[in-house]
Amino acid sequence: MIGRRRPLVLIALALVAVALFVLPLIGLLGVTPWSRLGALLADEVVVDALVLSLWTSLASAGLCVLFGVPLAWVLSRVEFVGRSFVRAIVTLPMVLPPVVGGAALLFALGRRGVVGQPLDEVVGFSFPFSVWGVVLANTFVAMPFLVVTVEGALSSLDGRHEGAAASLGASPLTVFRRVTLPMIAPSLRAGAVLAWARAFGEFGATVTFAGNLQGRTQTLPLAVFVSLDSNRDAAIAISLLMVAVSIVVLMALRSRWWSRAPIGLGS
Amino acid sequence: MVGLSATVLAACTSGVSSDGTGDAGGPVLVFAASSLTDVVADLEAAFEAVDDVDIDVSAAGSSALGVQIEEGAPADVAAFADTGVMARLVDAALVDDPSVFATNDLTIAVPRGNTAGVASIDDFARDELLLGGCARQVPCGGYATQIFDMVGIEPSLDTEEPDVRSLTSKVAIGELDAAIVYATDVLASDGDLVGIDLPSGVSVAAEYPIAVIADSDRPAAAQRFVDFVLGPEGRSILDEAGFGAP
Repeated sequence: MIGRRRPLVLIALALVAVALFVLPLIGLLGVTPWSRLGALLADEVVVDALVLSLWTSLASAGLCVLFGVPLAWVLSRVEFVGRSFVRAIVTLPMVLPPVVGGAALLFALGRRGVVGQPLDEVVGFSFPFSVWGVVLANTFVAMPFLVVTVEGALSSLDGRHEGAAASLGASPLTVFRRVTLPMIAPSLRAGAVLAWARAFGEFGATVTFAGNLQGRTQTLPLAVFVSLDSNRDAAIAISLLMVAVSIVVLMALRSRWWSRAPIGLGS
Repeated sequence: MVGLSATVLAACTSGVSSDGTGDAGGPVLVFAASSLTDVVADLEAAFEAVDDVDIDVSAAGSSALGVQIEEGAPADVAAFADTGVMARLVDAALVDDPSVFATNDLTIAVPRGNTAGVASIDDFARDELLLGGCARQVPCGGYATQIFDMVGIEPSLDTEEPDVRSLTSKVAIGELDAAIVYATDVLASDGDLVGIDLPSGVSVAAEYPIAVIADSDRPAAAQRFVDFVLGPEGRSILDEAGFGAP
């Protein structure tokens, strides 16, 4: 690459894009009350929200993998009537305002919802205002990111390896496990990280579906939102904490996994 | 498109009077507390019928609106559910001389049919019910805290909603068994919410202040709207919605 002329216009446009992401960060750092940061972050509200956010977002990312990978495989490999409709429905949460998604979840799985009411009557369990409501809302908004990423990888996969394994007598599930999954591993990791990141930052669907209670359903984004009105320094400190956690996780995963990616994202 | 250009043009020629008062053109932006959402729409319609000024309304939790105004949001009028937020803006010289234009009572709201059989404020200590309040940061949450203190119970709340509207909607669809809301919310719900009175002697009167924003670019039109709300026509609309006189 060295010595070859680079199209300056691309670099200029890329710099504008970088500025768009860096400027808000500078704004945040500029108003951060550095001397009181430790005390603000040691607050019980912040600690509770951090613990809740970390485990609910990781649980959601796990559920996204568990259900999203099979879904991506079905969308990519099984031909059926209405496949493009299902694909559109699955990606809907990426387009829908999260508040609308949360309200829709409430109408379906709330205590008076079409599924939620029988669930409440039979087993006495309901999602809203519980930590499982947070996990469900997170999974709802995050899974499309995993499905889209993994389906893309599956669709661009050369079918010859799977065909060879099958002709050598491997069962379909063995082919999937031993051939398909390893070949799409980089995309699967990328999709799982995207899903985690989306779940970690989720706000609208969570507050609408699961409510807001410290220690039970108040994740970091909700803590930022309710603090912003009354205790702005705390809100800024929590925002900074979210940025720090996200950058650490994204960079750690990128250097550990994506640097050795044989195909797909990263290099 | 033509309307938009006209608005932009009017905004660009601020200082050139559109109504002989030195105001810029364009709508008057009213920041209103969540609990005023319905009544402020009625006030807007009645005012626009007698004045050629357009009113735009942005409704949210009072404290969120207060922060937006502190951060320079282009509001012309502020109407809150709490004198505390307004006092903060007065201290910062961001509003002119506020006046209280309405009062409101707090009440217990249950969904139509009162499925959980909530009878009094004491039921807020019952762990098995799904109970809600506003977050302490917004006025209705502060008032609810005062009520629980007066009654002397430790409420077993399942959610602290960021504004009263998201709270009332969760009661109305039956996801919450009961919540502490404003009396006007019950009145405006068309029967979706049923009110249960607080014990006699337990009452918190919410006061609603209104003021023109100090650096409004339509101060005269904004003042006309405030005068309208404080005047007899505004009073009768507020009465109808259940807001008390100051």
